[in-house]
Amino acid sequence: MSASPSPYLTQESEYNLSEDVVTKITEMAASFPEKNSALIPALHLIQDQFGWVPPPTIKQLAQLLKTTPNKIYGVLTFYTMFNLKPVGKYHIQICRNVSCSLLGAKHIIDYLTKKLHIQVGETTADGKFTLTLVECLGACGMAPVMMINDKYYENLDEKKVDQILKTLK
Amino acid sequence: MIQETKVLTRHENVSGMEEVENYIRDGGYEGLKKALTMLPQEIVEEVKKSFLRGRGGAGFPTGYKWSFLPKEKTKPHYLICNADEGEPGTFKDRVIMEHDPLLLIEGMTISGYAIQSELGVIYIRGEFKWIAEKLECAIDNARRANLLGKNIMGKGFDFDIVVMRGAGAYICGEETALIESIEGKRGQPRVKPPFPAGVGLYDCPTIINNVETLACIPIILQNDADAFKRMGSFQSAGTKLYGISGHVNKPGLYEYPFGTNLKYLIMQAAGGIRNGKKLKAVIPGGLSSPILKADEINLDMDFDSCVKANTMLGSGGIIVIDEDTPIPEVALTTVNFFVHESCGQCIPCREGLSKIQQILTALLDGKGQNGSIETMLKITQSVNGSTLCPMGDAAAMAIQSMITKFREEFDTLLK
Ligand SMILES: Cc1cc2nc3c(=O)[nH]c(=O)nc-3n(C[C@H](O)[C@H](O)[C@H](O)COP(=O)(O)O)c2cc1C
Ligand code: FES
Repeated sequence: MSASPSPYLTQESEYNLSEDVVTKITEMAASFPEKNSALIPALHLIQDQFGWVPPPTIKQLAQLLKTTPNKIYGVLTFYTMFNLKPVGKYHIQICRNVSCSLLGAKHIIDYLTKKLHIQVGETTADGKFTLTLVECLGACGMAPVMMINDKYYENLDEKKVDQILKTLK
Repeated sequence: MIQETKVLTRHENVSGMEEVENYIRDGGYEGLKKALTMLPQEIVEEVKKSFLRGRGGAGFPTGYKWSFLPKEKTKPHYLICNADEGEPGTFKDRVIMEHDPLLLIEGMTISGYAIQSELGVIYIRGEFKWIAEKLECAIDNARRANLLGKNIMGKGFDFDIVVMRGAGAYICGEETALIESIEGKRGQPRVKPPFPAGVGLYDCPTIINNVETLACIPIILQNDADAFKRMGSFQSAGTKLYGISGHVNKPGLYEYPFGTNLKYLIMQAAGGIRNGKKLKAVIPGGLSSPILKADEINLDMDFDSCVKANTMLGSGGIIVIDEDTPIPEVALTTVNFFVHESCGQCIPCREGLSKIQQILTALLDGKGQNGSIETMLKITQSVNGSTLCPMGDAAAMAIQSMITKFREEFDTLLK
């Protein structure tokens, strides 16, 4: 790093990968026969740090894994779990696949859009909630199902949704 | 009454099975102990004899798959455990991994020894983060007990396992897309042949098996191939995890002898249809399997019986649909899913399915045109058989079966 950072760098610095993330990525890269296998795990780690994958981090990652930002973009945009823009503090992802639909997923989705005053794909004005529809979450026996951040919530009905949202400050 | 046979799910209601002591106290690691006194080739033969068939969907005989590896080992061999669990209607592998992670790890270690591999990768769907963490914890425990790592049980065998989380792409359950994903690429299926047993991960010989398949390996080794065969039906040995979802009184995961009757599973095990309704249809093996009408469910749930009934056992994810549900709506949800998950490489899958999506959406909006049902059927015929991976076929057959078996419901939408 140069002693007097350019404005460009200053602006980017809020998206510096943490030391912890860099260490974990380096470890991950060493645990596979080929470094590039650490790419998807690394993108998860970056998303854990920022809540999404900010473009400036891609350059840093490309350097770490000795690849190019373009290659990383190609991969990043293929996988739906990676957020290409910031999401709310709580990212609600509701399953819209068959088993959940049979047991009222549509109703839960409508209920949430009304309750949060947003459409699917939007974030509340206070930045607290983002609502996304996803495909089968592998919990069909406990339908309807949603995920909030890393956690699953199953056997949903209106009352349960109310209770869950109340616990999210 | 058919007895539920809890073998792979026997620890479903027990906690602490990621601890080596608890697992061993309950008979764990007997399979590996025995395996390490045998030659790798003898294990492959025992697995062949057991008639174990892959639980990932296609039912390929596991021992035979293993014997496709090159006879001479000139490059590293890799073992991949497919824990992508993406097929809609399927929620079985997670139960093994959550409640009996060391059963999977023991199974992978034995399999690694049999195929002369030193590294196994568990590729688990990204959303199952807490399960990935549990697996990592169990792997650490096994390493500390010298059950993974260098010189396992002092027998000179080295093997280790890494866990990798996917990131929300159904297609990465397809074995060659999965390999691409582990290599840090977009999950696009490869042209086959070559098959992974010849050219797989990092271009090395690779065996890919489903979680449930690998979890059967310690069971086979603990006793023997014959005992395993006795648990199932003629061509489908062992037990099977059946996930039952939709309009039943007791949705959930059930483990029964392979080949248990579908009607029994729905009406007895899962307690029958909710709210006293009548059954309309069943999707018997995950959303990729062709739908059955209510009068077609007197069916043994094994690979061959399902093929005879023009459907697939698939993942064993049984989706139950009651009389109040319009099948065209189920068909739209189905086609929406496949359009969303198509990797985009093959034109018939990418364009054909989205064309069906447009037509069906219009039909359900009351804007259907004469001949549009025929057009959808024609498209399914041209998608079927013309894609690189089986996803195109699966989507086409699933939609085609819904239209042909419930044609009158689609016709009504045109009136
Ligand atoms: C589109 C598609 C998705 C698949 N998803 C999965 C999956 O989630 N889990 C799985 O084990 N197999 C899945 N498979 C099957 C795998 O390609 C492969 O056949 C299987 O993992 C082999 O393991 P087995 O021999 O133990 O069954 C999928 C196949 C296709 C075509
Ligand atoms: S259909 Fe919703 S979790 Fe599978």
